[in-house]
Amino acid sequence: MSPKDPIIRAVFAGNLGRFSLDVELEVPMHGITALFGASGCGKSTTLRCIAGLQRLRGQLSVNEEVWQDDERRIFLRPHKRAIGMVFQESSLFPHLTVGKNLMYGARRSGVPTVIPPDDVIDLLGLAHLMDRNPIALSGGERQRVAVGRALLSQPRLLLMDEPLSSLDQMAKDEILPYLEALHEQLSIPMLYVSHDIAEVARLADRMVILSSGRKLAEGPVQDVLERLDLQSETGRFEAGVLLSARVTGHDEKFMVTHLDHHGQAISMPAREIAIGSEVRLRVRARDVSLATKRPEAISVRNVLFGTIVEVAEDPNSAHAETLINIGGGRLRARITRQSVAELELEPGKPVFALVKSIAFDRETYSVATGHPGNT
Amino acid sequence: MELWPVVRLTLELAIVTTALLLVIGTPIAWWLARSRWPWREAFAAVVALPLVLPPTVLGFYLLIALGPDGPGGWIASLFGEHTLAFTFKGLVIGSVFYSMPFVVQPLRNAFESFGDRPLEVASTLRASPWDAFWSVAVPLARSGYVTAAVLGFAHTVGEFGVVLMIGGSIPGETRVLSIAIFEMVETLRWAEAHLLAGGMLAFSFMVVSTMMVVEKRMRRTSL
Repeated sequence: MSPKDPIIRAVFAGNLGRFSLDVELEVPMHGITALFGASGCGKSTTLRCIAGLQRLRGQLSVNEEVWQDDERRIFLRPHKRAIGMVFQESSLFPHLTVGKNLMYGARRSGVPTVIPPDDVIDLLGLAHLMDRNPIALSGGERQRVAVGRALLSQPRLLLMDEPLSSLDQMAKDEILPYLEALHEQLSIPMLYVSHDIAEVARLADRMVILSSGRKLAEGPVQDVLERLDLQSETGRFEAGVLLSARVTGHDEKFMVTHLDHHGQAISMPAREIAIGSEVRLRVRARDVSLATKRPEAISVRNVLFGTIVEVAEDPNSAHAETLINIGGGRLRARITRQSVAELELEPGKPVFALVKSIAFDRETYSVATGHPGNT
Repeated sequence: MELWPVVRLTLELAIVTTALLLVIGTPIAWWLARSRWPWREAFAAVVALPLVLPPTVLGFYLLIALGPDGPGGWIASLFGEHTLAFTFKGLVIGSVFYSMPFVVQPLRNAFESFGDRPLEVASTLRASPWDAFWSVAVPLARSGYVTAAVLGFAHTVGEFGVVLMIGGSIPGETRVLSIAIFEMVETLRWAEAHLLAGGMLAFSFMVVSTMMVVEKRMRRTSL
């Protein structure tokens, strides 16, 4: 971000009961920025303060426009702020049809239509739902309508408060591609609150980690996920990194898709992705093994050569986290401390990182977008 | 005694009272449902007082308030009159107080039932609080409005003690159904009493059952 880039600047401090929040954020006006953390970390409160639904001491400006400044006694009420908000649970108005829900904000926005209704209805696949009552919709459909309704109010900033957390896995899988499509086709910045690292890794460009009302880390998702010191926040089980790779071919017989990552071959179960497209893969640390010699006669399909960058041993457990540079990106491997000792793993040592192809399941890849917000 | 003027006066009183109560009760119920003022329950208790107060006690105080020496007498003097007691206007004022809890309580329950979320959503969709109230809160509370209207109406039709205290029995002005039936029984005109009482019974049953069906249908289409 150069200083001239339009940004959202938010500073909030204050107490809510026993909880205290003290955060300072700078978010670019493009791409998806995730506010990530465990429940009670203050991510939803921060979002509500940005929406104006809650008021804490602070300042908030969006692209040079001041929405809150306590010293100058400025506080725009929520309906004066050009935001769109999607809530955790279904928030559709039950007394209005889907179509009227969609147009509720659109009719009141009072600004020229930048995001045309027909485009949104197409993009979110809502055309066949227009005359339905919200009660007759599935959970995933309801959230799609809620996203569409927020977009049609012509916001300059889209706020999403755990929009998928009330949905089951099937409904999540159904709605995620729509959110990815939004990210790709609309230039509207999004602040996305989530406690699900897989969701963040799949959707977000940047992330901010909050813990007990304080900012712990921020940066491009890829960089934050590679930090071994944040593992108690990003979760041990789900910890992992993002790799970008290009689709090079499909094997019809064995149903495998081949990819290239800076000259190293990766294969995963076949997906319908056009050859040449950029794909973002999430590789969990627990799915990666290390070898000091290239293994032979082994079922693991992905053997990636690299050098160890960092080893972090946890003296209170059997485990160690390692970070391996594989040319382009970096991989994390979660192995035992015993392996670290026996293989004499230390920074600078060349290793082979082994990843089973089936580790790349549906939740672990997304087609990368060509948006300038991507890093 | 002619029956029709009695029935018409009763319906007029109930309709005017119910309409007034819906208008006055809405902001009171809204405030009770939304306010975080610690003393709001004390105010709620004042509104609910007619539920437990003997109607004659309420009627007694109203009689003093509406009479020539009370605020009612002062208001009456603006119209060039002497008192509001023993007038139709006085009956309306009395009925509004007497039936208030039956309108405010269902409205308050309805406003509380959907919580803050729909209004927050409306505000993020550029609706001002006033706009959100009409476009979201009132439609979501419509079954509460039906209940409030039915209870307010029925309760006003049935009031006796308060009317007796502040209205008396002036034909065409304050002689309503319940008073008329009482007088018929006093003077042993059983046939007319039967006619009125039976008519009331049928009418009440019709109103209540119609409203219940309407309300049930509304609930089905909301949430």
